Amino acid sequence: MYAFNYHRAETLDQAQDLLAHYDDPKILAGGHTLLPTMKQRLANPSDLVDIAAISALKDIQHVGSMLSIGALETHAHVATSPIVQQAIPGLAALAGQIGDPHVRNRGTLGGSIANNDPAADYPAACLALSALIHTTRRHIKAQDFFIDLFETALEEHEIITRVEFPVPETSAYAKFPNPASRYALVGVYVAKTRNGVDVAVTGAGPVVFLATDLAEALTRSFMPGALDGVSINPEQLNDDLHASAAYRAHLIGIMTRQAVTTALARV
Amino acid sequence: MDSPNFDDASDMSIPTMSVNNKPVQIDGEARTLLVHFLRDTLGLTGTHVGCDTSQCGACVVMMDGRAVKSCTVLALQAQGSDITTIEGLISEDLHPVQAAFQQHHALQCGFCTPGMILTALDMIHRNPVLDEEKIRHELEGNLCRCTGYQNIVKAIKSAADQIRSE
Repeated sequence: MYAFNYHRAETLDQAQDLLAHYDDPKILAGGHTLLPTMKQRLANPSDLVDIAAISALKDIQHVGSMLSIGALETHAHVATSPIVQQAIPGLAALAGQIGDPHVRNRGTLGGSIANNDPAADYPAACLALSALIHTTRRHIKAQDFFIDLFETALEEHEIITRVEFPVPETSAYAKFPNPASRYALVGVYVAKTRNGVDVAVTGAGPVVFLATDLAEALTRSFMPGALDGVSINPEQLNDDLHASAAYRAHLIGIMTRQAVTTALARV
Repeated sequence: MDSPNFDDASDMSIPTMSVNNKPVQIDGEARTLLVHFLRDTLGLTGTHVGCDTSQCGACVVMMDGRAVKSCTVLALQAQGSDITTIEGLISEDLHPVQAAFQQHHALQCGFCTPGMILTALDMIHRNPVLDEEKIRHELEGNLCRCTGYQNIVKAIKSAADQIRSE
């Protein structure tokens, strides 16, 4: 790791002051992507602003038809929160599949989506559930948030504060993990609401995306069999040493069927 | 602007953490990882560095009651926290999890063992019921190159049953 200065913010205001004050600062939450990146000397921030002590970013609430989760909530806490398990069990189950137990004890919701790793799990849930991402400056729809490989709509020094998930009728996530990294080789989040079905795919392309053909078929009939004959075009999918594009396209169909089966069991 | 700056500590109190119930001051560079602080500054070499990429779990310690990989935590991120390392488990006798590892021959070279034991303790605390499938799932973040895991799973099940019955 290159040398840097460390600052611990106690409030959001203090964090924003610190970020504005230094040349090339970065926000540190759980640090489970940033620190490995810095260890490989792929990032060289002048200053780290640790926001982990800001209690306003730790809060889980289910009000009306919305589940709101603070950006600093760890994957372990989201996975085991009775509020999340009751409101959106698919989201709790997704959080319980991220990384391993130690990673889940440190990694945070805000950190995961701010990084927008193409194989991260949370972006699929945000997109399929039409989440609203609240920041220190505004709120951003998930469909406008995840732009491209590791690129989001966030501006410099903008801090995610919480994510609001509209509670669906049912939903589920199915993931085929890379056995070494446990990142999704393909992960599919299926959400069924009064207005129809959304299907979001992570791990398969350069950035999380909505599979509209699959969603339309499932909106007509929310059964695994509704996907028979719906083909997935591998042209835009990742093709690398872990899996070919054709294999990933095949896995999208399989994972979607699994997610629908699990979602139906939750109704 | 006056801001908390680790490299210029003149305007702030020295950060501290508790390690095995003893208060310690955190010194060194801001980039010092918790595992290096424990091993090199405090001499607690029971916490191992295996992969250094948060894969293997040899560096697992307890931080405020939860198992974490200390190669992926800055020492400064642990300020104000309670850290327990393998050295903190032993009193007059072996800790029940350590005794179970011994009894079930759950180690060969022993390199992964401190991280395995602290992970085991965390999963026993969190899970009212631990069956083999659950134990194996919970061990996803700990690699062992010797045992094939069979005896580690047996030892954790046995320790969990013993701790529950006490």
